[in-house]
Amino acid sequence: MRITCPLCGPRDRREFYYYGSEDYLTQPALGDFDAIDAHLHLRDNLAGEVRDLWYHEMGCAAWLLVTRNTVTHKISDVVQVAGGGVGILAKMKPEEGAL
Amino acid sequence: MVNLIAKSPLWGQAPLVSAGVTLAEVDLGQVTSIAPFDMAVPGFPAPNTVVADGAARLVWTGRGQAFLIGGPVGDWAEVAAVTDQSDGWAGLSLLGAGAVDVLARLVPVDLRRLAVGDCARTQLGHMAVIVIAVAGGFELLVFRSMAQTAWHELATVIKMRGARLAC
Repeated sequence: MRITCPLCGPRDRREFYYYGSEDYLTQPALGDFDAIDAHLHLRDNLAGEVRDLWYHEMGCAAWLLVTRNTVTHKISDVVQVAGGGVGILAKMKPEEGAL
Repeated sequence: MVNLIAKSPLWGQAPLVSAGVTLAEVDLGQVTSIAPFDMAVPGFPAPNTVVADGAARLVWTGRGQAFLIGGPVGDWAEVAAVTDQSDGWAGLSLLGAGAVDVLARLVPVDLRRLAVGDCARTQLGHMAVIVIAVAGGFELLVFRSMAQTAWHELATVIKMRGARLAC
């Protein structure tokens, strides 16, 4: 599996650290205990497109928001979390049948 | 005042030459981390590239960070967070026609795409490494504490490759 880092280009999966759902980007209000509980523990288990946080740990140290299909493992977009970065969709070569 | 002898990370290590590949330690000189307050600052290298200014090189080493190797800090202190890294990193040079084949066994990046003036922050085995493409091969920067390990990994690969070519 490869992830195309918006800064570094296509890199092997071993350079990245998986953090979790993009839900972690939006923190609930302090004192809203139901929302905090949901934020920490409740996740959808989707068969389809998910948006997850990955960290380019052994590369440029950027946090990335990766759109990945859990059925096909196809990665359709990668954007930098910082500054609402531009996606790499335009740079990615269409890979037919590639995982 | 006593004059202390500064020892390089691989002090006393003789270069390794095998099957057209030479592995040697490189004296990097002064290494300074440059982390601009505004990433759009002029003169800052684009991702995966090196900006050379005479003997000094500014090597992109990550998001919002570059290493100034072998040169004075100059005006960077006004526009960036500047920290001395000289004692923290070890430099290795891997030169020769087979250098790319040696490195390809340890680094998960398509090294054939790197032209002189390109660099990549990636991993050497499990070690963090900065790969800089230079004329005739590569320069590698690893953490000083990993210098012997990096040498061992590379030397093993060079010997195995030499043995494979010989048989």
